[in-house]
Amino acid sequence: MSHPAKSAASRGPREWSPEQAAEITKILARYPTKKAAVMPLLWMAQDAWDWIDLDIMRLIGRTLELPPSHVHAVASFYTMFKKAPTNKYFFQVCHTLSCALVGSDRILAHLEERLELDENGDSKDGLFSVLRVECLASCGSGPMAQVNEHFYERLTPEIIDEVIAALRSGQQLPEPRREADQWIFPVS
Amino acid sequence: MDFPRILSGNWDVPDSHLLSVAKSRGVYSQLPRALAMAPAEITQIVKDSGLRGRGGAGFPTGMKWSFVPPAEKRQGKSVYLLCNADESEPGTFKDRYCLWLDPHLLFEGMAIASRALDCHVGYIYLRGEFRYIARRMEAALAEAYAAGLLGKNILGSGHDFDLYLHVGAGAYICGEETALISSLEGEKGQPKLKPPFPAVEGAWRSPTIVNNVETLAVVPWLIQHGAAAYKAIGTEKSPGTKLFSVSGHVQRPGVYEIPMGIPMTQFINEYAGGLLPGRTLKAVIPGGSSVPVMTPAEVELCSMDYESISTHAGSYLGSGGFIVMDDTTDLVAALTNLLRFYAHESCGQCTPCREGCGWMHQILCRVRDGEASEVDLGTLRDLADNIHSKTICFFGASAAMPVQSFLTKFRGEFLDRVQRRGAGAA
Ligand SMILES: Cc1cc2nc3c(=O)[nH]c(=O)nc-3n(C[C@H](O)[C@H](O)[C@H](O)COP(=O)(O)O)c2cc1C
Ligand code: SF4
Ligand code: FES
Repeated sequence: MSHPAKSAASRGPREWSPEQAAEITKILARYPTKKAAVMPLLWMAQDAWDWIDLDIMRLIGRTLELPPSHVHAVASFYTMFKKAPTNKYFFQVCHTLSCALVGSDRILAHLEERLELDENGDSKDGLFSVLRVECLASCGSGPMAQVNEHFYERLTPEIIDEVIAALRSGQQLPEPRREADQWIFPVS
Repeated sequence: MDFPRILSGNWDVPDSHLLSVAKSRGVYSQLPRALAMAPAEITQIVKDSGLRGRGGAGFPTGMKWSFVPPAEKRQGKSVYLLCNADESEPGTFKDRYCLWLDPHLLFEGMAIASRALDCHVGYIYLRGEFRYIARRMEAALAEAYAAGLLGKNILGSGHDFDLYLHVGAGAYICGEETALISSLEGEKGQPKLKPPFPAVEGAWRSPTIVNNVETLAVVPWLIQHGAAAYKAIGTEKSPGTKLFSVSGHVQRPGVYEIPMGIPMTQFINEYAGGLLPGRTLKAVIPGGSSVPVMTPAEVELCSMDYESISTHAGSYLGSGGFIVMDDTTDLVAALTNLLRFYAHESCGQCTPCREGCGWMHQILCRVRDGEASEVDLGTLRDLADNIHSKTICFFGASAAMPVQSFLTKFRGEFLDRVQRRGAGAA
């Protein structure tokens, strides 16, 4: 997904907080080289600052004694490192074969209609982003989506509606509830 | 049928991810025994059991372990043990269950393997989308460390084994073992030419064993019951049980542990609950999206083991990702969907793969939409034939095999689509 307008925005130079610095010391102890910590640090930065901009890449480069271009190459290779912001609730809907066989298209069409998505997949109300993604290893309980960190399975248009309504009314994203072999939204 | 549930035995137990519960179920009971054994003795048990790697290639695990050079030939280099928990092959979702529901069984398996391999550091490479699982596993690791089951001087045996999680960030190719190693090292996740094989020169140019989650989780059972007991399950060339993840048009999709060798129809009808009412079977992909597709006639002939699927269907058991398609499926659309996946996931190093996957996908889109001719089907076939075995890693073949097999085994459906165009244009 690209947000040309948004990704151009720089948020200014960054520094690690003391907590982050302590965490980095622990991470470095796990590997024989500093370079190996580049993905863990990218994750840490994304958790703290939502997406990875050039200033963050420079910071990681300095921390690990790597050229920023290397950090950039790694960040670009992996799709989960966000190079632009997404909205608060990020639906990554699987559309690979097994999910397609059981109706992922229906879920995507429903999201598109309900959320009035623009060409970047961002909703009109600024609360949701939707992205089509490839297989998330949840093929037996499709259609499914990863919403922020959690997997939600056996989705139906009705479940989607309830969740959108709940989130729009300011409720927190519910943790999935495990039922038999699936993780479902805890809505009735 | 009576067979032990080697991998899934604890899945129904509430809170099976907690150390206390895992221990009450016998997890870690084999670790002291294994630590008292000579390393070569452990490897011998794994060899004798005939266990074959569950990541897709089915390579004999004990043999792989024995490729690690002995200490005197390692020039002081460490040995690394990597657990491949990248699970990204479409149709495959078994490792996720192992990781979520029984992480301690995997830790025990890895600790035992580390002893066999004279290895003191291991990593579990989890795909980025499994971060929610990583959080649970971090807690499980902390419990295991606190109990002296991992870390320095495990259970007073003098053996050290540090185990860490390493989380990917969305790239299918990182499941390929050399790409996984690149990714762990902090590089782009791109495969490398083999040889050297990782067992000789892998992570940080040290001997490295990469094994799938399921493979490593079998090891404690082998120590407890011995190689002969494992060989008594399954078939001669496919011993033991295996986790199959079944998806698509069946009544009960999910993960099933079964002894190898049961008839495929029995697996579909009894375990997976059969097809939906009124439907008939059209096609099955037996081992994850990368293996050749099977026809219903081949399904009738096959059993759930390595040799039967390759003999009777020219396909592979692969990762055990079993995708069932009934008569409502548009197979042209199904193949187009898969090629979109491969076009998206090619790492881009090899021209045949990078260009070929995208090109095959474009042709397939046109076939699907009724805008292609029979000549395009020929081009498609040529492209697939020219990618297979002409690339750095096996990904190229993984994209080619679905195309080759769909075009051969379901030719009519593709011809129908290109000829209808002729009819429409007339
Ligand atoms: C394109 C590609 C993707 C792969 N993805 C995975 C994967 O997600 N998980 C896995 O365990 N093995 C995967 N493999 C196989 C690994 O390269 C390796 O053979 C395996 O992890 C070895 O473990 P095993 O001996 O226990 O089977 C993949 C191979 C290729 C060529
Ligand atoms: S075959 Fe494809 S995925 Fe494998 S190294 Fe070449 S370009 Fe990358
Ligand atoms: S195909 Fe959707 S999760 Fe695997």
